[in-house]
Amino acid sequence: MNMEVRQPLRAQKTRYGIVDCDIHPKLLIEDFRPHLSNQWWAHLQTYGLRPRHGFAKTYPMPKITPQAARRDAWPPTGGLPGTDLDFLRQQLLDLYDMDFGIMNPLSPTGQGDQNGEFSAAMSYAANEVQLEVWARREKRLKASVVVPYENPEASAAEIRRRAGNKDFAQVFMLSRTAEAHGRRRYWPIYQAAVEAGLPVGIHVFGYAGWPLTNSGWPSFYIEEMTEHATGQQAVVASMIFEGLFEQFRDLKVVLIESGFGWLPALGWRLDKHWERMRDEVPHVKRPPSEYIREHFWVSTQPMEEAEEPEHVIDAMRWIGFDRILFASDYPHWDFDDPFLALPPSLTEEQRAMIYAGNAKKLYGLA
Amino acid sequence: MMSIKAIDCDVHPTVVDIRQLLPHLDEYWRDSVEERGIGSLETAAYPPNAPITARPDWRGQNGYAATTAAELVSQVLDKWDASHAICNCLYGVQLVYNEDMARAFHRALNDWIAKEWLDRDPRLRASIIVPMQNVEYAVDEIERCAKDKRFVQIMVLAMQEVPLGRRHHWPIFAAAERHGLPLGIHAGSNYRHPVTSLGWPSHYVEDYTSQAQGFQGQVTSLITEGVFAKYPKLKVVLIESGVTWLPGFLWRFSKFWRGARTEIPWVDRSPAEIVRDNFRLTIQPFDAPDRADDVERIIEHLRSDDMLLFSSDFPHWQFDGDARMPKGIPEGLRRKILVENPLATYDRLNLAPAKESAR
Repeated sequence: MNMEVRQPLRAQKTRYGIVDCDIHPKLLIEDFRPHLSNQWWAHLQTYGLRPRHGFAKTYPMPKITPQAARRDAWPPTGGLPGTDLDFLRQQLLDLYDMDFGIMNPLSPTGQGDQNGEFSAAMSYAANEVQLEVWARREKRLKASVVVPYENPEASAAEIRRRAGNKDFAQVFMLSRTAEAHGRRRYWPIYQAAVEAGLPVGIHVFGYAGWPLTNSGWPSFYIEEMTEHATGQQAVVASMIFEGLFEQFRDLKVVLIESGFGWLPALGWRLDKHWERMRDEVPHVKRPPSEYIREHFWVSTQPMEEAEEPEHVIDAMRWIGFDRILFASDYPHWDFDDPFLALPPSLTEEQRAMIYAGNAKKLYGLA
Repeated sequence: MMSIKAIDCDVHPTVVDIRQLLPHLDEYWRDSVEERGIGSLETAAYPPNAPITARPDWRGQNGYAATTAAELVSQVLDKWDASHAICNCLYGVQLVYNEDMARAFHRALNDWIAKEWLDRDPRLRASIIVPMQNVEYAVDEIERCAKDKRFVQIMVLAMQEVPLGRRHHWPIFAAAERHGLPLGIHAGSNYRHPVTSLGWPSHYVEDYTSQAQGFQGQVTSLITEGVFAKYPKLKVVLIESGVTWLPGFLWRFSKFWRGARTEIPWVDRSPAEIVRDNFRLTIQPFDAPDRADDVERIIEHLRSDDMLLFSSDFPHWQFDGDARMPKGIPEGLRRKILVENPLATYDRLNLAPAKESAR
């Protein structure tokens, strides 16, 4: 258990009013029952969730810990990590004196399910559960609008249903979609997000139905984790080269749990080859790195750790300190401790932006 | 060695017409090409007329570039004053589905390279193109060509049917180590999978830029599967991979190794260390930021002066003008990149010029 180690560090000299941009509440399937029709509840019981992979009850790559959770995140009251609000308050919100936390629920939410109608019903229910079990009981916690992204029309309807509700901070997609995120089929989602004034958060994971690498399936969980960055690289390239940001000038995208060390080099690479082949993509008016600078935000976790810490500061400078959002990934094993994760050589101003200022501005939190 | 000014580690001879390979095919496959009307094997990774495929001033009357050894010698060796150039032919024999056909075309391609290129200028060297469709055939082809010391490495494409590190590929790495041949991984795909893990993109520019993701996956696979625990002397050269993605990738990979290394206990060193010891990269495309001081920072992020190898990527259109080096590369590193690192990577470049083929 790590608690003892962290306890003496509680008193931070400056109060930052931290916003944690990646918290994973575990939604309980029994809480979905009141929000699903009899038909879909029966479907769930009979056929279960059917993401685009072969395991009926587990993930393709076994996690490195049960539930991919911190060993000390199992609530003393029983139940899975991320299911007990009081324990989450104690281990996270209160312990680090946080102002806000953005909830990003992962399975079971029905996102990416092969049955698009069922996915839509599950997404609606997941949003109701977020409100009922979490956001209405703890005002520091903000929900994300779970959308059935492979069913874009239903996604847009779900976003419109939640528009204006201050309990929701963003639209929530996963990174591994059946087609790359910039493709036209997903545009109704972005249209609705822009109209609702909500950023679109793209969190790693999901199952595209394609192998995790462009050379087929790797063997190890470590590879699944490193490949999340390459998946996000395809997301960014697709959104830019499809001309998404010319169509939706106000669209804001948050890349969640993918780190950020890879982003500057991606921008340089896209710029160089766009310059050479821009006749293929005449709808892309500006160098890709300019769209990145204007439309993308990154969350910190898993915090980049270079052998020389100053190198990480270089990457942050290239991205822009105003585009970096603190995230802990609670309650997962690769949790970043808010008081320990950021490089010590950041200035106070940069630290305040990353901990809180950038997120409050982006998500309109006050 | 002091007299050597540059070694170009990535140039691309062009097969203009499949009939050029006919003299190097056996009767059955020669007939098959004719009878079945087997057409060009040019790969979609480099559409012939796409800007990246050939720099305009290097294209000939027929639109193709690098079609003869004489052309390549005057446009590369003479222009950059290079003592050697390593020919990496990108004709799409890797895309072929039939294993036997693949073997025949790989053999023909390697023989064509030896006869039409290596035999015509003593400064030319080449990579052995290997049929990954069948590991046994791949090893046979390495054994067959390795006798000719002008073949200085093995070359495979960045995007494969199965990640490179997977154990059934290991006889290829054993053969590489046995013959002192680096494993060159070149941009390209056999298109068994979409070029992104999110499916097929709309535009060619996404295909080309996604090559960097292929390289990231292969470095991860080779290391996690334990290739360097088994073959510590194996050198891997990432060719036309881009360079600037490497440091950020290694931060992430090394961090997950620290956190989840119980999954791969045979990897007993940080991936960043393994990459510095066993991996090299050619410098085109560099994918650099505009400002020279940012380029210097990137070079520093590599934390090694030994990793970069000079390449022009001729005739691909990566840059204009005649400067050998992308701007911003520190003066003190130039000779390492141009000469010393290539010589340290390719053992066979240190051999006396082999006038005559041993084949």
